[in-house]
Amino acid sequence: MTHCHSPGVTLYPELTHKRVGVLGMPNVGKSTLFNQITGASAFVGNWPGVTVDLLEAEVELEGETVEFVDLPGIYDLEGYSEDERVVQDFFERFPVNLVLVVLNAGQIDRQIRLALQVKALGIPGILILNMVDEANHFGIDIDSQKLEEKLGMPVALVSAKYNRGILPAKHKISQVLAQSQAVTVPQDLTLKIEAHQQISPSAIAEVLEDTVKMPSNLYRTFTQRLDSLLLHPVIGLPLFFLTVYLMFEFVWEVGLPSQDIADAVTTWLQTVAIDPLTAGLPAFFRGFLVDGLYGGLATVASFVPLVVIFFFMMAIIEDSGYFSRAAYMMDSIMYRLGLDGRSFVLLIMGFGCNIPAVMGARVMRSRSLRFLTILIMPFALCSARLTVFVFIIDALFDRTWGPLVLLSLYLISFLVAFGTGFLMKGQFASKEPFVIELPPYRFPTLKQIWLRGWGELREFLRRATGFITAGVVGVWLMTNLPQGTANPIGSAGLTIALGVPLMVGMVTGGNAVKAFVQKGGAWIIVGVLGVLLLTNLPGTGDASYAVRLGEFFAPVLSPIGIPQELTIALIFGFIAKEIIVGSLATIYHLADPGAIQATLAQTISPIQAYSFMLFCLLYSPCVATLATIRSEAKSVKFTLFTVVYGLVLAWVVSFIFYQVASLF
Amino acid sequence: MKLLNLKPGHSAIVSAINIDDPGLSRRLEAMGFTVGQEVKLLRKAWLKGPLHVRVGMTTEVAMRRHEAEGIELEMR
Repeated sequence: MTHCHSPGVTLYPELTHKRVGVLGMPNVGKSTLFNQITGASAFVGNWPGVTVDLLEAEVELEGETVEFVDLPGIYDLEGYSEDERVVQDFFERFPVNLVLVVLNAGQIDRQIRLALQVKALGIPGILILNMVDEANHFGIDIDSQKLEEKLGMPVALVSAKYNRGILPAKHKISQVLAQSQAVTVPQDLTLKIEAHQQISPSAIAEVLEDTVKMPSNLYRTFTQRLDSLLLHPVIGLPLFFLTVYLMFEFVWEVGLPSQDIADAVTTWLQTVAIDPLTAGLPAFFRGFLVDGLYGGLATVASFVPLVVIFFFMMAIIEDSGYFSRAAYMMDSIMYRLGLDGRSFVLLIMGFGCNIPAVMGARVMRSRSLRFLTILIMPFALCSARLTVFVFIIDALFDRTWGPLVLLSLYLISFLVAFGTGFLMKGQFASKEPFVIELPPYRFPTLKQIWLRGWGELREFLRRATGFITAGVVGVWLMTNLPQGTANPIGSAGLTIALGVPLMVGMVTGGNAVKAFVQKGGAWIIVGVLGVLLLTNLPGTGDASYAVRLGEFFAPVLSPIGIPQELTIALIFGFIAKEIIVGSLATIYHLADPGAIQATLAQTISPIQAYSFMLFCLLYSPCVATLATIRSEAKSVKFTLFTVVYGLVLAWVVSFIFYQVASLF
Repeated sequence: MKLLNLKPGHSAIVSAINIDDPGLSRRLEAMGFTVGQEVKLLRKAWLKGPLHVRVGMTTEVAMRRHEAEGIELEMR
């Protein structure tokens, strides 16, 4: 699964290079192996169903370019859930030269079935027995030579996590690729998969005989000892929440001082470089570059260390296997809310970023359960919103109380998600069975933790140079236009929005317009509405659009205590929540984050600030999340529903809070 | 006897799987629930929550009580 972006899959049905598919049951370490072989950095975690989409990477193997495709984990080649269908579709559309059947060596006794299925389908394969370290620990003895002979398939023993056995495995892969020219025929395979040959237990027993020795009895493992504490019927769940709390406490304690350091760096950079360099420019451009662009991006950038630390912690918890336990412990509560244990785990994953959480719902087979799970995901307090809250809390509340204020927002995030499930479960009733594997506890390697943090940083930089910059620039323009003229955007914008399609239509005939409207229809509507709104704002051209927008929305936002000047931040925060923090520099005409916090503390009360944070938490998710919801749900109606539901709920919750809190 | 009725800490052998949902029964089979396989009930979650079951030597599974009703066992 990827983070806040979709994977760059550029697969073609034609084979330009040799293509290798990485296949296996969930949580056997396919993505870890894929990363080790290709040097890619696919997201991994000790939780079945982390990869729900195809990931592709090319690598040089002994002088030949080979394309590897990492597939979601499946139990069976005949698909039943969305993620299993992804694999089936893959084989039905794309020819492959070779399939790596990756098994958890510790569970070879049952997982070998998949290798036999691949063989029965006539797909050329190599058997990769991963996690041999764990299997040895269990006392499982595998004779790979004999297994190779019996199976008629090359076998490699590896531990992808600790990078053991990877080189010999790579060598085997290139050997097979060099020898055989056979390629799967997708149309042919479709028929064979549909005819699904069952693998009989006797066939499995036959292969395992004399090749694999399972231990006669299991001694008490570390996992069992830990489970008797962590899955305890009474203290199990409190322990889990304590762990999550300690994690956030750590992020707060270490992240905030790191933010101060990052602040110092950006402020220093401003005094030595940005200010002198822009000194000669006209005030308008200077303001744009310093207050708008630099101030905005510097404020957002000051959160980089905090976000990276946050994802280091997430990586540890995700890889530990604790999430599956949380699903087990929370299932009975989630069931009563129309959801299941997996929805809860996705919600916690959503604390990192809502997008992979929405995509993770694919492991659910029932459409209703999937929709209900997707509906609650935007309420998960993601890391982007975390930056907004940390900034505001740090400005308005004492640092000792800060973690508690933040904790309360996390609790509300949970409560709203649960409440939504309870409210909507009638509309999304499902009878989805709940059976999940509980993997052993594992600890991620430092490299895995580092890769996760680094991946987030790279992703953040990508967003910062795209969405966030655009948003910050937008806020600055709104705050500084119009410059004296009445409505420069109004007439010109309308002319472009209506005129261009009309012109194209006259030149090319109706079809092009139809296609254009179908593709960009939503943006045209948003654009026209935006222009109409701006043209019809109250007030005169003497005041900026931001001020007039504030006045326009005042009847809705004053009852919930949100000051007019923050309206523009909320509007652009719709694109990406970090923009809310970034736009504060423009709104208060200050480039230094410390000064912004001081001004914020003087201009708004803690109650107003909390109401603002509640609204930020619950109102519609960012554009990227919405796009993911749309592509996952394949329903525009449902996507619009999530937006409207979030907006209404945000307003109602903030209204109740603000009105009640103002009484005291 | 059904898996649901097994006492925590006890083991038994799978004798039949009576589940209508073909997707679920194949998934259970892939997880190791096959006739003749040994299962051990490790614990039950609070508030009528799922069961924590070990199937075979090394696979641990959480499953709802409703699903556990479809797995028939016999004592050795």
